[in-house]
Amino acid sequence: MTLLSVRDLVVEIPSRRGLARPIDGVSFDIEKGEILGIVGESGAGKSLTGAAITGLLPNPGRIAGGMVLFDGNRIDDLPATRMRRLRGRRIGMIFQDPLTTLDPLFTVGQQLVETMRTHLPLSDTAARTRARDWLDRVGIPAANRRIDAYPHEFSGGQRQRVVIALALCAEPDLLIADEPTTALDVSVQAHIIALLRALARERGTAVMLITHDMGVIAEIADRVAVMYAGRIVEIGPVDAVIRHPTHPYTDGLMGTIPSVARRLDRLRQIDGSMPRPNGTRDAMPVGCAFHPRCPKVFDRCRQERPVLHTAGASLVACWLA
Amino acid sequence: MFAFIASRILQAVPVLLAVGLIAFALFAYVGDPVTIILGQDATDAQRRALAHDLGLDRPFFVQYAHYLWSAAQGDFGISLRLAQPVSALIAERLPATLELAVTASVLAFAVGVPMGVHAGIHRDSFVSRLFMVVSLIGVSLPTFVLGILLILVFSVSLNWLPSFGRGPVVAVGSWWTTGFTSWAGIRALILPAVTLGLFQMTLIMRLVRSEMLEVLRTDYIRFARARGLTDRAIHFSHALKNTLVPVITIIGLQFGGIVAFSLVTETVFQWPGMGLLLVQSVVSADIPVMSAYLLLIALLFVAINLTVDLLYFCVDPRLRALGRRAETRGR
Repeated sequence: MTLLSVRDLVVEIPSRRGLARPIDGVSFDIEKGEILGIVGESGAGKSLTGAAITGLLPNPGRIAGGMVLFDGNRIDDLPATRMRRLRGRRIGMIFQDPLTTLDPLFTVGQQLVETMRTHLPLSDTAARTRARDWLDRVGIPAANRRIDAYPHEFSGGQRQRVVIALALCAEPDLLIADEPTTALDVSVQAHIIALLRALARERGTAVMLITHDMGVIAEIADRVAVMYAGRIVEIGPVDAVIRHPTHPYTDGLMGTIPSVARRLDRLRQIDGSMPRPNGTRDAMPVGCAFHPRCPKVFDRCRQERPVLHTAGASLVACWLA
Repeated sequence: MFAFIASRILQAVPVLLAVGLIAFALFAYVGDPVTIILGQDATDAQRRALAHDLGLDRPFFVQYAHYLWSAAQGDFGISLRLAQPVSALIAERLPATLELAVTASVLAFAVGVPMGVHAGIHRDSFVSRLFMVVSLIGVSLPTFVLGILLILVFSVSLNWLPSFGRGPVVAVGSWWTTGFTSWAGIRALILPAVTLGLFQMTLIMRLVRSEMLEVLRTDYIRFARARGLTDRAIHFSHALKNTLVPVITIIGLQFGGIVAFSLVTETVFQWPGMGLLLVQSVVSADIPVMSAYLLLIALLFVAINLTVDLLYFCVDPRLRALGRRAETRGR
């Protein structure tokens, strides 16, 4: 069953220099209970895709084309109040930095109770009991006592656990996790990823996991979408994409992951940098956006933009696939 | 918490001692009381006798200590102009000034905060732009001009409100008087309170607006939206509360300013408060009143600063934690 379906999504941000198109025709599906990883470098449009789905695009950004279907219904054109009721209740979100995501002036219990009572018909006492259960479930020790603690009294990893509890406490069907481990210590990252996976599996929550960490994707995602300059260049099952990357960009991305087994004198990198869709005319190359950096570039790449088509188990946007 | 209050009070002592020194120095260096009392023609023996009676032949610091000791007991001497105890004069005027200052502050807060919240949320709306323009006028218009303009419009032209005085007042308790019991008393309060409060109101409005703009950009507000909270909860519970720490600071300090500098407004409206008393005392070099006023205002600022610090504790739990840590270190 398809839970979320994004079709030809285009996001535009008008600015003084012109019209930027940070997302340009993105399509993908997430099945119920599935974990889809979205990777790509900074500025590829990963976070904006998440924001566009939840109707939280930063001003003055707007959805300029395509549509978003959630559970069979179109949600990209919902009025603000109905979109608000969807957020938290059906679609939860987690952000990158747990140190700044929690309101410093309210106890974690207050924030949990507030979130639950906004969406669910619960009394204050019932919500509080549930809040305690949630803290327990995300692995906060002594939840009974800690429920009345303020965010600054928790460590970074614990705060991200609280954030996860807040995102899941109204039991959404989809969780959009935007770089949930990037700001955390490496030693804590694994715990948070394990927690996310366990909670998602246990409740059948679908997860859209935005990250630039291929290791995290390999560990928990079912499928992965690789984004480059506002488009998806490759999407498919994790094993296929990681073991047999088809798109030269994905291939390059895999090559940049340092391995302990292979000792290299230099870390590998993809030469050049990603074009920024910032509205200036010459920013986006004609044809394939990756062609100026592509080692396998040929004439067609400079003229025609490749569309996603089937290549093995994946969909790839490359003329060579 | 208790240790924090105690340490703040201890810190206030040097401040008050210093202000007391200045207030006392007024006596020593502004005018010669012996000459004022005896006139130019007295003999040296008479002068020495009076100086001895008044304690003026004692060392400076003994006199200073004596002055402080009396002041601490509420004895500020006798007014040279009115020949009444200064403490009685001030007690008579204090309620008028405090009533005016509190009304002006409440007005400024009650109007300024909602205006600031609105201007912060709908930063580009027509109303917000209007608020900003009006607030610019409010910030830049001098109090006496505003007071005279208000008198011109509401008293002279429209004849709606009285232009001077406090109206009828009723005694409450042993020394407090209030104008709130009668409609005439309240009417008399309106123009001076607006005059005194407008600057604070615009200041609060602009401050709340800029703080709101700042807070609305934070991650926790974004996350609150992602949690699906209502706009009402986001704006008034989360955002507003986070703007309060700087707003409390400004309101607190401004309240001290309102009391201390209400003398312009009181002069314009002939409001029988401490400011007017001070202006009259300065005109006739009534030093005991001036020095008592100085001490009282210093005490007020110290009290306000303490209150503001305590309010921080109520608003921001992070400071509570710091306070606890400081306290355990103190022990």
